[in-house]
Amino acid sequence: MRIGVIAIQGDVSEHVDALERALVERGEEAEIITIKHKGIVPECDGLILPGGESTTLGKLLIREGIADEVLEMKDAGKPIMGTCAGLILLAKEGDEQVARTHQHLLGLMDTKVNRNAFGRQRDSFETELELPFLDTPYNAVFIRAPGIVDSGKDVTVLAKIDSMIVAAEQGNILVLAFHPELTYDTRVHQYFLDKIF
Amino acid sequence: MELEKLRHGTELIKRGFAKMQKGGVIMDVTTPEQARIAEEAGAVAVMALQAVPADIRKEGGVARMADPQMVAEIIETVTIPVMAKARIGHFVEAEILQALGADMVDESEVLTPADNKYHIDKTGFTVPFVCGARNLGEALRRINEGAAMIRTKGEAGTGDVSEAVKHMKQIHGEVRALKGMTKEEIIAVARTIEAPIELVIETAEMQRIPVVNFAAGGVATPADAALMMRLGADGVFVGSGIFKAENPEKMAKAIVEAVNNYDNPEVLAKISRGIGSGMKGISVDTIPEEQVLQNRGW
Repeated sequence: MRIGVIAIQGDVSEHVDALERALVERGEEAEIITIKHKGIVPECDGLILPGGESTTLGKLLIREGIADEVLEMKDAGKPIMGTCAGLILLAKEGDEQVARTHQHLLGLMDTKVNRNAFGRQRDSFETELELPFLDTPYNAVFIRAPGIVDSGKDVTVLAKIDSMIVAAEQGNILVLAFHPELTYDTRVHQYFLDKIF
Repeated sequence: MELEKLRHGTELIKRGFAKMQKGGVIMDVTTPEQARIAEEAGAVAVMALQAVPADIRKEGGVARMADPQMVAEIIETVTIPVMAKARIGHFVEAEILQALGADMVDESEVLTPADNKYHIDKTGFTVPFVCGARNLGEALRRINEGAAMIRTKGEAGTGDVSEAVKHMKQIHGEVRALKGMTKEEIIAVARTIEAPIELVIETAEMQRIPVVNFAAGGVATPADAALMMRLGADGVFVGSGIFKAENPEKMAKAIVEAVNNYDNPEVLAKISRGIGSGMKGISVDTIPEEQVLQNRGW
């Protein structure tokens, strides 16, 4: 198995570390590759789009020619997980902030996103979040986090804060507005790995 | 979801914010228009200040935080995070910037220090701080005060990258030297470099400083930015290098691409062509001692 982590910008090494810990826990092996250029995504069995600045990530995904490869990956039915900026990039539609910066969205999920749904950095927060695939709450870290304001019928909502959707699934794609890679709790990464193995 | 269950301003959130900037370029801007250019080029954040360091150097006088009106306008203009500089020790400037909605405060030696003895106690703030450092002791003292991110001081406003190189190599060299040391040896090092023992032990174990470490101070070209990444920087601040260049749009975009392709000379060669000349700059060894910015802070 080979799992790719888009490494253009953001907290890439944290995702790699979380994957490594999760693999050790389940006693399985996989090659983890960080991806900055085109040609590697098609070789992967699963893909993570990490947190970072979506504006920057979106521009460079196009400039580097990776964007189209991610679309093909979805069509091939391979699991993709997007956290924070990843949730924005995988969406079909953005808010006026997204439009103003000519943000390119990959449009893989039938979702409409709000880029900074919970405000600026001073409003960033941690909270205990209930997720349907976990027995106990998960300490979720939201940093200038986005949210899903609207979703199509094929999208399964996994968690909400007030009216804002903060975790969702559509087919082989999983998106989270928070950062499971910033804590030592590997249960979200395990859930993603379950889809690959 | 009840609001009181949301925890704000924790160490995890502050350091986490800095981690989201990794692999990115943070650009100094003085107007909303410059901020828009930076965002369009692919900057991960902008740093709002009254004048770029090269102009602060030229104009002299007391350099303070940027006009709050300007900071607010920059915040309204871009969707990427907006950072802003406060004077060393000036906790009220920092509070004002936090109240304005700045996403990170740079307690910066580029501005005229407000306190010649103490840095800001950064632990009490909700927003994270970045601080400059020349060596491991200085970096860990700032982290102990609550800094969530470190950058090399370099020598701002010069376009001369040599001091940033020196500071990055100094910090990495000191971290490497901790490897394999016994606890008593590490304690002795902590005393020598005047850093808290726990942070020196953590650094020795992680083999890196415990927060994100960017390069800053003198980065002026795509090659400079790539050099700092090759030396192990987590990302790059570019001050005067963008808007003192012949063509800021091209220079900004080229530096962003250089940071993503820092280990590929073929691509760097392509990126570096046809972007116009970099800022004129001033060689560090010609600056009179009293005008050296990196000696501010301790």
